[in-house]
Order: sequence, then C-alpha cells, then structure tokens
Amino acid sequence: MRVRRLAAWTALPLAVTLGLAACGSGGDGGSGGSGSDTVSIQIAEPQHLVPTNTTETSGSQVVSGLFSPLVDYDAQNKPVEVAAESVTSTDNKVWTIKLKDGFTFHNGEKVTSDDYINAWNYGAYAPNGQGASYFFEKIAGYQDLQGEHPKAKTMSGLKKLDDLTFQVTLSAPYIDFKTMLGYNAFYPLPDAAFSAPGVLSDSYEQAPIGQGPFKMKGTWQHDSKIEVERYDAYPLEKPKAKNVEFRIYQQLTAAYADLLADNLDVLPTIPTENLSTAQTDLGDRYQTSPMSSFQFLAFPTFDKDFQNPDVRKAISMAIDRDEITKSIFKNSQQPARSFVSPVLPGYRENTAGAAGEFNPTEAKRLYQAAGGPAKITISYNGDGGHKDWVDATANQLKANLGVEVVGSAEPKFADLLNKVEKKQPVGMFRLGWVMDYPSMEDYLGPLYSTNGSSNYYGYSNPEFDRLVKEGSAAPTQEEAIKKYHQAEDILAKDMPVIPLRFGENVFGHSSKVKNVEMDLFQRVNLLKVEAAS
Amino acid sequence: MFRYILRRLLQMVLAFFGTTLIVYALMFAGQGDPIQALAGERPVTAAQRAYLTEKYHLDATGVGGFFYRYFDYVRSLLQGDLGQSLTGRQIGDILQQAWPVTVKLALIALAVAVIFGVTAGVIAGIRRAGIFDNSTLVLTLLVLGIPTIVLAPLAQYFLGVKWQLFPPTAGAEPDFYALLLPGIVLGSLSLATALRLTRTSVAENLRADYVRTARSKGLLKRRIVSVHVLRNSLIPVVTFLGVELGNLMSGAIITEGVFNIPGVGFNLFRGIRTEDGPLVVGIVSVLVVVYLVSNLLVDVLYAVLDPRIRYE
Repeated sequence: MRVRRLAAWTALPLAVTLGLAACGSGGDGGSGGSGSDTVSIQIAEPQHLVPTNTTETSGSQVVSGLFSPLVDYDAQNKPVEVAAESVTSTDNKVWTIKLKDGFTFHNGEKVTSDDYINAWNYGAYAPNGQGASYFFEKIAGYQDLQGEHPKAKTMSGLKKLDDLTFQVTLSAPYIDFKTMLGYNAFYPLPDAAFSAPGVLSDSYEQAPIGQGPFKMKGTWQHDSKIEVERYDAYPLEKPKAKNVEFRIYQQLTAAYADLLADNLDVLPTIPTENLSTAQTDLGDRYQTSPMSSFQFLAFPTFDKDFQNPDVRKAISMAIDRDEITKSIFKNSQQPARSFVSPVLPGYRENTAGAAGEFNPTEAKRLYQAAGGPAKITISYNGDGGHKDWVDATANQLKANLGVEVVGSAEPKFADLLNKVEKKQPVGMFRLGWVMDYPSMEDYLGPLYSTNGSSNYYGYSNPEFDRLVKEGSAAPTQEEAIKKYHQAEDILAKDMPVIPLRFGENVFGHSSKVKNVEMDLFQRVNLLKVEAAS
Repeated sequence: MFRYILRRLLQMVLAFFGTTLIVYALMFAGQGDPIQALAGERPVTAAQRAYLTEKYHLDATGVGGFFYRYFDYVRSLLQGDLGQSLTGRQIGDILQQAWPVTVKLALIALAVAVIFGVTAGVIAGIRRAGIFDNSTLVLTLLVLGIPTIVLAPLAQYFLGVKWQLFPPTAGAEPDFYALLLPGIVLGSLSLATALRLTRTSVAENLRADYVRTARSKGLLKRRIVSVHVLRNSLIPVVTFLGVELGNLMSGAIITEGVFNIPGVGFNLFRGIRTEDGPLVVGIVSVLVVVYLVSNLLVDVLYAVLDPRIRYE
C-alpha cells in the first residue's frame, strides 16, 4: 500500500521532469541567427545532389555553389564561358570544348576532359535512372545507352582530344548546344565520385565534391541544412561570402517568419500568403527580378468543343490578364501575350496579336459566330494554389462570353495528366513551364512540337515542327531566331494554348546581407551575395 | 500483473502486423502516380520512369501485386530494413532523425498540459463558480475553439516575429527553448481538455462520502484535497493523457510545419503527398506501437491509482 501510494505520487512529476530533461539535452539549435560571415538561404529538401539527377530548384541551388558551369549567361541571356575556355563549332554538329586550366576539384584532383566525359556518360546511361538524362539525347550515340539492357556504356559522340579539350558530336546540328551547356546536368564529376568506372559511390551524394566556388562543410544534413564554405583554390572570381548555409524548410511561411525576425538571410520565393504584406514588411528588401516561368491554359485536341481556333481566340480575348495579375498576384507575375518567355533572346511582345488583347465585345461576337460550347470547364491541380486565379478567370469568361464556366480541381497534377492521357473530358486545363536554358527552342520544342515532352494536349502542326527543326539546325543564331519567329506566328494563328502569365522571382532578404541577386532559374547568385557590415 | 502485461505485449504483435497490413493496403489503393508526384510538374522521362518502376516494383498492381509488395515489405521489415523512400533515402534513417525531435515536442506539450491543466483544474474544481473557475472556462473554450492552424501562426507571429520572445522556428536540432513555443501551442488543446476534466472530476469527488468522512474526522482541507480527492480525480485525466501522448506525436503535422520541425508529422505529410507507401507505413507502425505502449502504461497506472483495480 505504501509503495503504491509513493508510486502514484512520483509517477506523474517524474514523467514530467524526465520529459523536460530529455528536451534540455538537445544541443545547440540550427535556428540561431547565422554568424556574420555566413549567409543563410532557404531551400526545400533537395531530391538529389548528383548534378545529372538534379532537376528541381533546391538541388540546383546547392550544386550551383559546388560546381562551376561550362557556360553561364550574360545580361542578354546569351552564353558566356566560365569553366570552358572556348566552345566552338564550324557546323553546329561537331563541337570542341576547351577547358580553362587551373580548375581543381575540392579534393585536389585536377579537372580534365575525362571528368566531363565520365559524368555525361553516367548521366545518359539509362539504368542509372538519372532525372536529367534527356539533356544528353542530342549527343551521338545516346540511343545506345537506352533501354533495359543498353548496348553501350559510353556515348560515341564524346571524344577526348587532350587533357583539357574534348569533342562532342551531336546526332544533328544544334545551334543552341552552347546555351544548353549552362544547365547543371553538364557539370563534371571527379574520379573520387566513382567506386568503379561508371558506378557512382553511394556516399558521393551525401557530400558532393565539385570544382565550384564553394565546397561542402560536413555532409548533407537531411531535412535540416547543407553547409558550404569558400573554396580557396577556385581559379576565377571568388565569392564574397565565406560560408553559405542552405537551410531546409518544409513550408515557405515558416521561412518567411524567420526572414522577418532576421533569422534567415535570403528567401528566394515569398509565399503567396504573404505577398500582400511583404512590401510593407520588408521595404526595399522586397525585390523582384525576371525568371522564366510561363503559365497557360491548354486545349486538348481530342475535345471537339475547342477545335475551331476562333473559339480558342475568343476565350483568350475574354480574359482580362491585367486585372488578374494585379488583384490576385499583386503584380508578382506579369500578363503574357506571347508564347515564349520575355527573358529569351528573340522574344517579341504580343505575338498572340488581337487574341491577346482584352476585348469582351469582340470576344463574345467571335465566340458566338464560331459556335463555342455552352459550358466550359477549366481543370487544374488542387495542390498548387491555383484555385483563386482559375475561379477569377472562370468568372471573367462567364461575364464576358455569357456561358457557364466552372473550375474543376483534380487532387494532384498526376491525376490531371492521367485524365488528359485517357482523353477524358477535362475542358481547358492549366499548365506551366520553366525553361532549362534560355533558348526559344526550349519553349517551342517541348511545349508545341508534336513529340514535345510537355505537349500533353496533342497539338500537332507539321509546318510548325519543320520550322522549329530548321531553326535548331540553322547555321547562325540570327537565322535560327528567324525560323523560331515564323514558328511562333503559326502558334498565334492556331492558338493551341492561351498564354496567361509570365512569372517573376519575388524574393526578400534580411538586413544582414546585401547584393542579393536571383537568376532566371530561381537561384540566388552565390558569387555576389555578401554579409552587410 | 506480469501475466497481464505479457498477454498485452503478445496482443501488440498482432495489432502491429494488422495495422501495417491495413495502412499498406490504404496507401496501395490510394496510389496514383508516385513518380509524377515526385517530379512535380516536370515531364518524367521514359528512362527515369522505367528505373523507378523497376526499383520500387511500381508495376505490381492489383490484388496479386499488393500481396507481392506487402510481403516483400514485411520480409525486409523483419530483417530490420524499412526500405527506401522514392528519393533513395533509407526510411530507417528518416525515422531515426524524425522521432527524437517529435518525442521531445510531445513531451513538452504533455508537460504543459499536466502542469498547467491539472493545477488549474484542481483550483477551479475547489473554487467552483468563482472568478477563477469562470475565467478558465472562457479561456479553455476559446482555446478549444481556435484550430491549431490559426493558433500556431498567430503565436509564431506575435511571440516569435513581433515581440521576439521566442525563436520563430525551431529547426532540426532545436534546444529546449526553441521547442517551448511549439510545445505550448501543441499542448494548449490537451491543456484545455485536461483542465476541464480535472475540474469536473475534482468538483464531483469533493461531494463524495469519503470526503465528508475525512472532513468530519478533522483532517486538514489541504490534505483531503491533495491526497484523497486528487488521487481519485486523476483516473480520467490519466486515461486522457495516455491516449493524448499518441495524439500529440501523430497530430503535430501543422505545428511541425509552422515551426519548421522535421519530425514525424512532417514526414507523414511528405509521405502522403508523394504517395510514398513504405514511408507512411513505417511512421504509422511506430505510432501504433506508441499508442499500444501508452495504453498499457495507462492501464497499469490505474492499478497504482486505485487499489481496487487488479489485473490477472
């Protein structure tokens, strides 16, 4: 009895104290403000840090610090050499890449052309399942590395000339190959990355060794942070910040709270929830810069309702893009009236012509004359924050065309695609695109070509395909762009999609850093950012 | 007592495998296209799709495919291998990182609920209909009425950002102080319930015969309340808190998201979002064990609190 009573009275307080004691031993937190020479940048948990497997922004942000690209882009978004001394070709089919001397990997290994060839072969080899393998498909011999049991392990188009020079033969001339080299799939990998030829060692991804301005400090701390420090043997312009901490957040709103409290230095994307107050909260630390995202509405070609281009044009004319970007997006996106992003060399304003202008009376007349459907559905994925603008668009169409318009949410993007693939009636549906490299071809090819990777709506125009193909095989950029322009003009006539908005980087930084710049790929420029003293 | 505990432990094994089967079946049935979910809105290349499909047996569908994949999962589970997430991380590692921080958070929340809830409940129960009782009634109703999804960001904004009393987020390796605010937010709901429960129970017991007897024997009021009444009043509260411990761990999805704590709730959310069956099953299995163990503890505590209860 005595023991029981004693037990009863000690049980609860003991549990409490034990609990508290357990909590006290947590060690120092990652939440404290960063030191004066460390810049902290928000990312989400990257999926992968192997360059040929990195296709999302967070991973790309990290590897952009660990590696130095062959080419980067200048203010006009034309390619300029970085790790490459020169990238040349006489026929746009056989390219010679000469590397700058003096680059070393973070483990001291000298960078040679073999490191590029090995990395690219690894990326292209289908059984490795690399997410960015499609970047290599223009290189001769890529097909031999595909399938379940590929015939070859190396692409025949890659040839080493000497330690600092190698030759890339494409399967067809491609004018934008040099531009393409700016993507992170084209980074080299050191010998240390491979446990055997063509086999990446398991531990490499936890602490990638690159040849870039920053090297890993410790390993990838999953769901927590990735720390990098300045690599002193980097031969080019050294970064201003000594250390960079990529801090992993699950939710942007949490990162925003940290930004307001000066607990986080750079937030590359202000969450939509906070857009309305961010300008007042941050003052001149709220900034915008161009990026490449493109939002549009697509018409499935299997849907008979939308087969007449005039119906599609009428719907486009009935949408007041300015109003939606202003009231819903607080001007964090720009109205789109062309089929490619304004960041590209060769972009022309208003290529959609009259169809891009808001004109409700003409829209209604055209819609009725063309016999548009009495009911329009706009499908979207419900997990991407699209409800507000889809509803607003539906209301505009309802008012301006006098027909019934409903927004219909699918749980996930995959569900939406699934329905489109099965040719189920989804009505119009929303899609978005961000480019891989600044070339008009990177919009025209995947989005509107018959075999385009993102052409889910089935648009097909042989004339268009021919012009894009001719453009990419053209001998000079000027001629290429001319062909691309002709192709884009066809889009204006056919109106396979309705351009809606071009995105912008909307970012903020703490009072402890300065020179925060974002590139077209939603990445912070790690060379420029520095601690404010 | 020993036999009772042993029997309960054996039941746990059955319950554990039963739940993994059910959760696995639910995840399997609800699975759409995990590869596309992983890629977001990016097109997935054929090579990558083939690679992931083969690696995770995603082509095994239907009833046969389900049992194939489930037994495959259980087989490796028995060897201590929880499998890999779609991004190639060991689920065992993920759980190992996620659990400690969530346990800490839940214990803080529970401590907050016990210390403030039970104390205030006893006071309110003794001074029934007084100012304290009424004001706590209003306060608890308010807390019970505000969902965490509102309460957490508000607490973060005012206490973390505006007045800077607490760090606005906790991060992956938080110290006690950083976890205090999320703990209070998470525990506030349990606190309110614990307070109401204790208050009612104490108020009721104060009118019981044995209290009158004790009083007529001339015992001090303090002793009557702290020894006799409290002990009898704690039984429903202990039941509640025992179950609540499991709830706090599994129900921290919102709190963990707002305060950026990569614990169990976050991983559960991620697992469901990316349709990562093995990850969800792994987390839920451990949660089931937590529930089972805490229920067992509650049952054993009953016997300690009330000598009339005996287990054979």
